[in-house]
Amino acid sequence: MKKIIPCLDVKNGQVVKGINFEGLRQMGDPVEMASNYSENGADELVLLDISATTEGRDTMVDVVKRVAEKISIPFAVGGGIKSLEDIERVLGAGADKVGINSAAVDRPELIKEAAETFGSEKIVAAVDAKQFPDGSWHVMTHGGLKDAGLDAVQWAKMLEELGAGEILLTSVDRDGMKDGYDLELTKAIVDAVDIPVTASGGCGNTEHIVQVFEKTDCASALAASIFHENTVSIPEVKKQCRDRGVNVSDS
Amino acid sequence: MIGIIDYGAGNLYSVEKAVKLLNFPTKIIAEPRDFIGIDKIIFPGVGSAGKTMEIIRAHGLDHKIKEAIKEGIPFLGICLGMQLLMEYSKENDTYCLSIFEGAVHPFQNSVKVPHMGWNEVHQKSKHPIFKNIPDTSDFYFVHSFYVQPKNETDTFGTTNYGQNFCSVIGKDNVIGVQFHPEKSAEAGLAILENFCGNF
Repeated sequence: MKKIIPCLDVKNGQVVKGINFEGLRQMGDPVEMASNYSENGADELVLLDISATTEGRDTMVDVVKRVAEKISIPFAVGGGIKSLEDIERVLGAGADKVGINSAAVDRPELIKEAAETFGSEKIVAAVDAKQFPDGSWHVMTHGGLKDAGLDAVQWAKMLEELGAGEILLTSVDRDGMKDGYDLELTKAIVDAVDIPVTASGGCGNTEHIVQVFEKTDCASALAASIFHENTVSIPEVKKQCRDRGVNVSDS
Repeated sequence: MIGIIDYGAGNLYSVEKAVKLLNFPTKIIAEPRDFIGIDKIIFPGVGSAGKTMEIIRAHGLDHKIKEAIKEGIPFLGICLGMQLLMEYSKENDTYCLSIFEGAVHPFQNSVKVPHMGWNEVHQKSKHPIFKNIPDTSDFYFVHSFYVQPKNETDTFGTTNYGQNFCSVIGKDNVIGVQFHPEKSAEAGLAILENFCGNF
């Protein structure tokens, strides 16, 4: 069953949204928004902490706790996770899964240790990918700014081998552009691994979600702006998916 | 008072929060004396079968659970908490609580494990736990093993994942669900509400 996942980018306790990882706008209170999505058809939620400061990180743990109290669907928390202690803190606050990005690039063993300690099903490897002139995709870190010098497809395979339970794949080129998911990238990653892949970056309308499910075998579609801006509701997206033969939950 | 069994091995926070959200008073059961004053028991179970049975035996909780069930106290096992109600689990070759006859098996190699995500529960027989929940409603699953009851009449709900498996088991005052009601949005909360309120 395909999943529809709203994503909340949280900075210093507030939901924000940017374009190509930059130019942030305030969108609202994370707890209120999470609870609203939980009650209105979301299959799962992702909370990304994009705070750059220690104060922001501490605030995030409090947000995670309050979200956990309010919602009754699974949610993943990512951003700034660097160690097993960070993972424990986030899971202990009530998150179901953690997303690990840059720290895995710096030290791939972290994925292995995390999977062994907490179980693969709790470990989401986040991959931010950017297409280069030769057509290949490179893994990017530091909010999409720094080229890690890794091929995204090879890296995804490596993450699966290390024990990641799923992959959250974001196209840095499409993020915030609202012109559709990078279908080519999504397909390349989905075909390379056996673990579930969530497509992210570029969703601007319902058709984009239907398309990513029709054209690739990704497990979930993640979107932010279209839900935050009330362009469309999740039940409406699900209805359209069903009408087009995409199997989605009735939650 | 709803007792939630927490032997300190994992995060049972979400089940407790969900029950609180429904306005039922809760109490954590970590050792035998905590059973006092409990009207209903939820056993969420997290981790592996072997380790969990080892811990609950070490804390003397296994006898108290069996005793409470025998006394007729309503009991809900969730996920691993359902699997441990069987006689035996192939996960770590573990002898379990033997409330139901039958065993716990791993999924075949042909499907991806864990079975993680939303899936339908087909209501095979009527049960108070299904009150106000339409047949084939979706629930959230995360598991690599499934229960196979010996008596067909113990199965109240089934789910298909490469094969049909028992996703809701029941007998008298005991019910077990393979999915996570606390993570299954409205339908999941209805299960908890039915158990805490009407069962």
